[in-house]
Amino acid sequence: MEPFEFVSPSSIDEAVKTLASNGDNARIMAGGTDMLVQMRAGRRTAPLVVDIKGIPELNAVSYDASKGLTLGAAVPCYQIYQDEKLSAVYPGLMDSASLIGGIQIQGRASIGGNICNAAPSGDAIPAVIALGGICNVAGPNGTREIAAEDFCTAPGRNALENGEILVSIFLPAPQANSGANYLRFIPRNEMDIAVAGVGSSVLLDASGQNFVSARIALASVAPTPVFAKEAGDSLAGKAVSEESIQQASELAQAAAKPISDMRGTIRQRTHLIGVLTRRTLNNAVERARGG
Amino acid sequence: MPGVTQVQTTLNGEVVNFLCEPRQSLLECLRDVLGMTGTKEGCNDGNCGACTVMMDGRIVDSCLVLGVEAEGKNIMTVEGMASPEGLHPLQQSFLENAALQCGICTPGFLLASKGLLDQEPAADEGRIRHWLAGNLCRCTGYDKIVRAVLQVSKAK
Amino acid sequence: MTSNQVLSEVEYSVVGTRPVRPDGVDKVTGRARYGDDTNLTGTLRAKVLRSPHAHARIKSINTSKAEAFPGVRAVITAKDLPFASLSKDELGGEYGGLKFASDHMMASDKVLFKGHPVAAVAAINGHVAESAMALIEVEYEILEAVVDVREAMKDGAPLIHEDLRTNDMGEIGDKPTNIATHMSYAIGDVEKGFAEADLVMEKEYTTATVHQGYIEPHNTTAFWNSDGQLNLWTSTQGSFQVRSTVANILRLPVSQIKVTPMEIGGGFGGKITAYLDAICAVLSKKSGTPVKALMTRSEVFEASGPAPASWMRVKIGVKNDGKMTAVETEMAMDAGAYPGSPVMQAIVCAFACYDVANGKVDGYDVVDNKPKTAAYRAPGAPQAAFAVESLVDEICDALKMDPIEFRLLNAAKEGTRRIEGPIARRIGLVECLEAARDHDHYKSKVGKGEGRGIAAGYWPNRGFQSSVVMTVNYDGVISLIMGSVDIGGTRASIAQQTAETLGIAYEDVKPTVVDTDSIGYTFITGGSRTCFATGIAAVNAAEDVKSQMISRAAKIWDTNEDDIEYVGGMVQHKSDEELKFSFKDMARQLATTGGAISGRSNVDPSGEGNGHAVHMADVVVDADTGKTDVTRFTAIQDAGKAVHPSYVEGQMQGGAVQGIGWALNEEYFFDDSGKMMNPTFLDYRMPTTLDLPMIDTVIVEVANPGHPYGVRGVGEASICPPMAAVGNAVSNATGNRMRSLPITPGKILEAGWENGKS
Repeated sequence: MEPFEFVSPSSIDEAVKTLASNGDNARIMAGGTDMLVQMRAGRRTAPLVVDIKGIPELNAVSYDASKGLTLGAAVPCYQIYQDEKLSAVYPGLMDSASLIGGIQIQGRASIGGNICNAAPSGDAIPAVIALGGICNVAGPNGTREIAAEDFCTAPGRNALENGEILVSIFLPAPQANSGANYLRFIPRNEMDIAVAGVGSSVLLDASGQNFVSARIALASVAPTPVFAKEAGDSLAGKAVSEESIQQASELAQAAAKPISDMRGTIRQRTHLIGVLTRRTLNNAVERARGG
Repeated sequence: MPGVTQVQTTLNGEVVNFLCEPRQSLLECLRDVLGMTGTKEGCNDGNCGACTVMMDGRIVDSCLVLGVEAEGKNIMTVEGMASPEGLHPLQQSFLENAALQCGICTPGFLLASKGLLDQEPAADEGRIRHWLAGNLCRCTGYDKIVRAVLQVSKAK
Repeated sequence: MTSNQVLSEVEYSVVGTRPVRPDGVDKVTGRARYGDDTNLTGTLRAKVLRSPHAHARIKSINTSKAEAFPGVRAVITAKDLPFASLSKDELGGEYGGLKFASDHMMASDKVLFKGHPVAAVAAINGHVAESAMALIEVEYEILEAVVDVREAMKDGAPLIHEDLRTNDMGEIGDKPTNIATHMSYAIGDVEKGFAEADLVMEKEYTTATVHQGYIEPHNTTAFWNSDGQLNLWTSTQGSFQVRSTVANILRLPVSQIKVTPMEIGGGFGGKITAYLDAICAVLSKKSGTPVKALMTRSEVFEASGPAPASWMRVKIGVKNDGKMTAVETEMAMDAGAYPGSPVMQAIVCAFACYDVANGKVDGYDVVDNKPKTAAYRAPGAPQAAFAVESLVDEICDALKMDPIEFRLLNAAKEGTRRIEGPIARRIGLVECLEAARDHDHYKSKVGKGEGRGIAAGYWPNRGFQSSVVMTVNYDGVISLIMGSVDIGGTRASIAQQTAETLGIAYEDVKPTVVDTDSIGYTFITGGSRTCFATGIAAVNAAEDVKSQMISRAAKIWDTNEDDIEYVGGMVQHKSDEELKFSFKDMARQLATTGGAISGRSNVDPSGEGNGHAVHMADVVVDADTGKTDVTRFTAIQDAGKAVHPSYVEGQMQGGAVQGIGWALNEEYFFDDSGKMMNPTFLDYRMPTTLDLPMIDTVIVEVANPGHPYGVRGVGEASICPPMAAVGNAVSNATGNRMRSLPITPGKILEAGWENGKS
């Protein structure tokens, strides 16, 4: 690896100042599980590494049943899925947190880092999009919010501007009769990059027989994770049925623009989006009904 | 020449100080700076678990942790598992169950298994297999490793 | 309900038990020193600059900036290797071979695969070496590359070696080609055999390039001292092999090189070739200090020795009752950049499990722009077994015949002649098949939505040279010295055979693996040979100790040697009951009666061990995604005699799981320019704990007549059946025949779409 300097700012202000004044010469490090691999491979080196794990807001997890969850960008995955309360409230998020890499990776990698890394296959991103996540950003010009579905702009590129950092991710408090699920397809049972992934969240009416609304997001089938708005919207007001779910899955397939590469072909990925959309919708429905 | 940082960390229960460049991984610092060669390099990109150590009670791939990040942390490597009284029960079980052939993955598996049983003393086969999926072994096919961990686990 | 069975016919005292291995404590405490743990004073770190192109001419190399980089102590290119300054006249007939060996180590004029070394840097640490390496300027003329075995065989394919001509059964061709060798064997009359058949089936199969996947990358530390002595510390399967390779490339007498084998983190055949040693030696000579190198994982994938991809055509004719009347195969394997794929072994093992009067096998060794292949556990046979055992399964389907009954009907037995000539002595294939038929796994119902597959496999297991010395310490403990590197528990198994022969306790044998100066020539640990051949050497050396003990007792008792016998660890007079010593008592006498006793043996045992294996796999396939999960697996193998059953089980389970990976997910992906796209464990997908069930085992013991305890060797046959076992299981689960490895989810989906069956 090329040499670099390493700094650990202890406040958002300090981090923002350092990043703003160093521009492209600085890289943010959270868990480091993507960053170090990339730097070793000569992709995206930088003379200054800014470690954000010492900033209190980025390590904070605060949940309020009325407001929702504010998840610090540097909070490692294991901390999320080992939290009994959060696991009960956000099972869809737990699906992702427990899929990223293996146990060792989950000891360091964070949801925030996964989102900022902006891989088309990022396992956290569809779930966060489906759950209506908002990214809280701080920068030289103050703070702003970016909807999760707008955060990734190109493979490996995110919407952060010079000097900005992702502080936390906000997930709204789940409403009654809602449920979410993330599934991905991989050839082994762990440790693989998703060939295709789908995150679905649904809101049912009080009877549990009809959709009120749904959000569906896709991984690995476009340059960035895809918010399949039409697919989710198609369920609004519809009965929970094989037909409505099938139609949504076809719309999700239409929203997918995969390529063929060594991990999968266009046909395979498109097919899997259909399968995974149906499965995640069914699982989300079951969770919404209290299952 | 690039600058070096002084790092103070607790390693296998003892406070140690070492110098390293920021670009040196914890794995590199353990092996090349501190001479603790029990932790192994298999891939250097977090995909094989041979470099697994425990940091503040969590298992991590030391190839993906920087040496400078060890500051103030509590680190356990395979060299810290046995005591003067004897081998750790997992080490003993690995020997009795022939859970190693070439042995290169063994330190990583021992730390990873310890990490599991520390948290879930009665982990069953399913939990063991899930937890250890980040550690690759090419010699054993994992059968005897899983049995060795099961023997120490309090699972019925 | 998992199980490990040993179907033992002969019981011994120490052989057949499961003691803790002598190197075990060091390995579980992190004290065992593997190659990269070597740390001599003043060691520099080396990095190798490798070709980014799959096929190119080297036009120029400029290393001046690298040499000037702070912290760099030496830079080399092929110009620094002896071959560069030796002419064709000087080398005569050796020229071709040395050019291949030296160029493979570091390219002189052409690079033949992505990752081919072109230069190397030694510096104060690896980061500095890497930065300096980036400053080496190489001008390449990029050539068209070919990375498919059948494409490489075609007329008009880019030529890897302009001088290569096909050796066609001994006749050298005159056409430039990538086909290095064509070989063929035949038995009986294959035309007649097919004419007699009631059913003839012929299918084609392909397999992809795969890697042994050992977790420890290649490594070495070289110190070329100013007195001319070259010391190497390395993780290798064969220290003498390293010595001779380096001696050849550096034009040194073997005695000037000492190789110390460190502990080794897996090999499976891939750590026989010495990739880094000569490079580090020359860097050491230039810098005057020790130089150490460790391959990165991507270097291991791109620039060590994977197993070849293959194309195979198999044809089998049978009678309606299942009796095979004729067999035929044509197999092409890619050797990578230099000739020498194991296609010959593939074609001779292909039908070795069957007794068929008529057969013809043809093999083609083909070069292409991939790294030069190396052995991978029964080299060549796993690919062949996949094809043959898959076709046999289709035939069983067509005949509605039980796959084990079919194999029993046609099984090779004692007296069966293999297609290349050897006649089998006592072998245990039938016993393995019977054990499979009688196993709970086979008797259990196939689960709903699951499929079951059976397959058999064979590997000859040959002996080769081993050397053992053992000294009797005055406290009665044996110091057992061997050159066989211990990868999978052979310190234990050789010690067990020693203890058994001497009639002493396992704990009283202390094995040590030594360097090339300290023991006679010993061939690699590999080839399923160590427990067999080094075992024979140990047994012979122990017999040597016994006879010397008898001589010594004769001296002590002032009697004839003929009156003394060695029985059950006791040296005793045949008629005088008062005159006897236990081994320990005898040992105590040695100091005052003439000094130490050392036994020795150098062997080169002939005859094959003949290893047979039968595997059974149950799988469930998710029809919507193509995902396969192995739900149950049983590995059955004839070990002859399992000296240490736990380590025999380990070999069976390890081979089975490598086979499962080979079957389902492992392959090299190449882009259009011939570059490997997945040189990481992320995308070269080996099985993890979560991908597997327990691997049940049955050790069959049909004693090998060629070994004192019946040992056959077990390391390799275990990788021959699993791909077809899994492939047949998938076929039975999905209704679609899978004839191309790996059987990925994508391929399963495609087969379903093509055949309208899911």
